[in-house]
Amino acid sequence: MPVFLRSIVDSFRDLLPIILVIAFFQLVVLQQAIPNLGQIAVGILMVVLGLTLFIRGLEMGLFPLGESMAYAFARKGSAAWLFAFAFALGFGTTIAEPALIAVAAKAAEIAAGANVIEQSPESLASYALGLRLTVALSVGFAIVVGVMRIIRGWPIQNLIIAGYLGVVIMTVFAPREIIGIAYDSGGVTTSTITVPLVTALGVGLASSIKGRNPMTDGFGLIAFASLTPMIFVMAYGMVV
Amino acid sequence: MTDFLYHLWTVTLGTVTDVLPIVVIVFGFQALVIRKPIPHMKNVLIGFAYVLLGLAFFLVGLEEALFPLGELMAKQLTDPVFLHGSHQLAEVLRWQDYKWVYIFAASIGFATTIAEPALIAVAIKAQDVSGGTISIWGLRIAVAIGVGAGISLGTFRIVTGTPLHYYIIAGYVLVMIQTIYAPRNIIALAYDSGGVTTSTVTVPLVTALGLGLASTVPGRSVLIDGFGLIAFASLFPMLTVMGYAQLSRWQTSRNHVRQDDTGD
Repeated sequence: MPVFLRSIVDSFRDLLPIILVIAFFQLVVLQQAIPNLGQIAVGILMVVLGLTLFIRGLEMGLFPLGESMAYAFARKGSAAWLFAFAFALGFGTTIAEPALIAVAAKAAEIAAGANVIEQSPESLASYALGLRLTVALSVGFAIVVGVMRIIRGWPIQNLIIAGYLGVVIMTVFAPREIIGIAYDSGGVTTSTITVPLVTALGVGLASSIKGRNPMTDGFGLIAFASLTPMIFVMAYGMVV
Repeated sequence: MTDFLYHLWTVTLGTVTDVLPIVVIVFGFQALVIRKPIPHMKNVLIGFAYVLLGLAFFLVGLEEALFPLGELMAKQLTDPVFLHGSHQLAEVLRWQDYKWVYIFAASIGFATTIAEPALIAVAIKAQDVSGGTISIWGLRIAVAIGVGAGISLGTFRIVTGTPLHYYIIAGYVLVMIQTIYAPRNIIALAYDSGGVTTSTVTVPLVTALGLGLASTVPGRSVLIDGFGLIAFASLFPMLTVMGYAQLSRWQTSRNHVRQDDTGD
């Protein structure tokens, strides 16, 4: 199976920089031996195998699925259902995102530390849940706006610049403790499975709508999904 | 060995629950709204299985092999004893003393981004759609340079304690200026590359670095200063990806000029 072997080699090459960086800092800068070499070798093999399988699955499953759904919605011609789907996809994939759950719990601690909320497990949990709902709503909203942009062919920079202005204005008013978390929350919302699916959806939509260019109009959904949570999280910090 | 298998099993279950909402939404809409079978259903299902299994292997491998060592390294590099060379602890640290931290931040940011599966996915799509004008490796290296530079600057910010939003707002202004000059077809992709860089591989290591640094630098609060590295990592790739497009446009036009010269 030379194709499979070839992709194993590719995955190993993808991983090589991390191995080199860690080995260099461990051996040269910190001047320590590398512990548990056997375990590390097994781990690296698993990462290589995992990456190979993931990329194969991407090309077999996630990309064709995202594209075929985009074509199906374009043929159906109902914008309302497309928006409903876009919102559900954004909201549904974000609410269960483990990175977001971790960040929300951290944010609750910060709020309790700053005496914004009560220092009890219940109020911490409800603050964290509120934050997760806020971020998930904002991502759902972002994907809807992004899909609307693809349909109408609006230039992306106008919307993004408006979003940046929103971030800057909110930064002035938001409590200082929430700013770091809010800025980071933009980066954690888009998981490894969501990104390929959403990208394929955007590119598929842009290729099936007349007058849209998949390169200029198809990308950009992820950009919206990483921008709106910053604004919404700062708003949450101000309201609660 | 049993621990290991148990770990693999729990992580696989974890990825299945992560992906469950996506499956419910996609197949729900397919069945109720589109009401047509998914083309090549069997392949799609096999592909989904590959993605789940691949991601589980990938995560367990990282957690077994690279994360513990990387996190330990982040702690050791930010340790004042290491920074001082152990004998002159009383001396006040200056920001220059953290040079290995900046170098580590830049190189680990670059290296983890090259291995980031979501970025590989977007790069494959971008090469397809652009008809090869944007190459998979060109995009990945441009993004990785951006993440490395961003995280390095982010650690400098934690060391010096300057407010995060100054950097981010200055970065936004740069993004806007560069948007005016960058080729139009790269803009959406460049904005996207900010969000895709930070997922499975980069976030855990970078978070460990930020929290380690904020807890050892005198006068920094873990809660306030420990965050924000991810924000740097999502901002800088926009600049480098637009820069990459400008560079390749410039190179192409220069080659054209050369060809014209030799044609004379």
